[in-house]
Amino acid sequence: MSEKFDAIVVGAGPAGISCAHDLAKGGANVLLIERGEYPGSKNVMGGVLYRKMMEDIIPEFYKEAPLERPIVEQRFMMMEKESALTFSYKGLEWAKEPYNNFTVLRAKFDQWFADKAVQQGAILINETVVLECIVEDGRVVGVRTDRPDGDVYADVVVLADGVNSLLAQSLGFHKEYKPNEVALATMEVLKLDKKIIEDRFNLEDNQGCTIELFGDATKGIVGTGFLYTNKDTLSLGVGTLLSGLIKHKIKPYELLEYVKNHPMIRPYIQGSEPQEYLAHLIPEGGYNSMGKIVGDGVIVIGDASQLVNAIHREGSNLAMTSGRLAAETVLLAKEAGDFSERMLDHYRVKLLDGFVGQDMKKYKDSTHHFEKFPQYFEQYIPMVNRAASQMFTVDGSSKWEKQKKIMKDLGSTKEKFKLARDIYRAWKVVK
Amino acid sequence: MGEQNNAQSIEAKQYLVRFNADTKSHLHVKDEDICLTQCPDKICTIFCPAEIYKWEDIRMHVGYEGCHECGSCRIGCPHQNIRWEYPKGGHGIVFRLA
Repeated sequence: MSEKFDAIVVGAGPAGISCAHDLAKGGANVLLIERGEYPGSKNVMGGVLYRKMMEDIIPEFYKEAPLERPIVEQRFMMMEKESALTFSYKGLEWAKEPYNNFTVLRAKFDQWFADKAVQQGAILINETVVLECIVEDGRVVGVRTDRPDGDVYADVVVLADGVNSLLAQSLGFHKEYKPNEVALATMEVLKLDKKIIEDRFNLEDNQGCTIELFGDATKGIVGTGFLYTNKDTLSLGVGTLLSGLIKHKIKPYELLEYVKNHPMIRPYIQGSEPQEYLAHLIPEGGYNSMGKIVGDGVIVIGDASQLVNAIHREGSNLAMTSGRLAAETVLLAKEAGDFSERMLDHYRVKLLDGFVGQDMKKYKDSTHHFEKFPQYFEQYIPMVNRAASQMFTVDGSSKWEKQKKIMKDLGSTKEKFKLARDIYRAWKVVK
Repeated sequence: MGEQNNAQSIEAKQYLVRFNADTKSHLHVKDEDICLTQCPDKICTIFCPAEIYKWEDIRMHVGYEGCHECGSCRIGCPHQNIRWEYPKGGHGIVFRLA
């Protein structure tokens, strides 16, 4: 492999494939390197793929891509041990074109998506680990792989190597993450009859539902659980900051079992059969953890640069948009014959000006805030559950009496002030 | 019918996953002495989602064959005592579904 490419993309996930696809489409000579047996074999996500950002790469992909179900309802459960306060939005505008989002199973989807990049002319090499970037005179000029004679050269190297971006780290673009900058998620794919899924989740054929779980699903640790409907499987998972697992000394798979056996969840999954168990890190440090994303001859995209909006459980869409913008930038650089950091900075500017950068900035303090003040998950979610129970239980006491009891449950005047301050602070970090 | 009775063990979960293990480990404890003398909690044995770290009296056993390659041990080790690499190309965990 002594050939020189216009670009090498490291990692065939949503970011890397998007980038390779658009580069090849734009006429660049691009090599896409994947360490797994096939694209998707190392990739994990809860399962929501967003239509808009995917369509920016492949218009009307939903007519042929291997998708599970278009999501028509999104529920949010604030859980206590034996109760839950749930709110939801269901809209049939999401059941038809152009759709809003879909559940997908990544092993299948990523292979299909990578094939699309190959059809555009990208060269895909599987089963190959990139050990390091080859740096000459301070600029990245290629990559060293674990194949014999495995040095490959290119004008630009795009790092899409995921949350464990040892490559970006070794270039000094970001420091090793801390346990409060990543969430450890475990999940299972559970086999269940299609008809039973539709009955249990109140769905018709080719409609899906997502449920996000807060509070007792993570035993009060900062994080969320999720339950998503696929065609004839469910994806059930739970993720918390790694620092939370360390602090509370909880085994992640025991937390997953706790969610599976939770009385608010168990009826949904009863009778299902586990088919696969998966663990993965989610970068949740946000804007402040992004680090450097452009250098001479190199661009970092997707999870490798912490592009996740944890509050809205978005990630694959941010990855795709970053891949698309990186491709656009490399094509401009190719035209100009300039692959310097100054030229490639176009990518950073476009990314930060668009929705990706705006959302990253909007929520930049949120993870840190909810980690620093655990009372939201530990105290306030149980509190709203008690309030709902009090208000909706008909026991002969008047509604005024009930309101008094709810106010009393909020605690002393001092505690009420603290609650008011916390509500204001929470609003401030997400506004 | 307590929650424990219904809980599925980590062994049962790992049985659902396909691994194409390399013959040599991609995970290395840098200094075994640190685990023994400076790390009473051995928290990696708790948070590793595949329970591949097992304390055996005086040393840390690393069952790398069942690793999900998530990276938690590298980031979560309180002594930064784990050298973490990707398994050789094509090796390690092979997800078939999600």
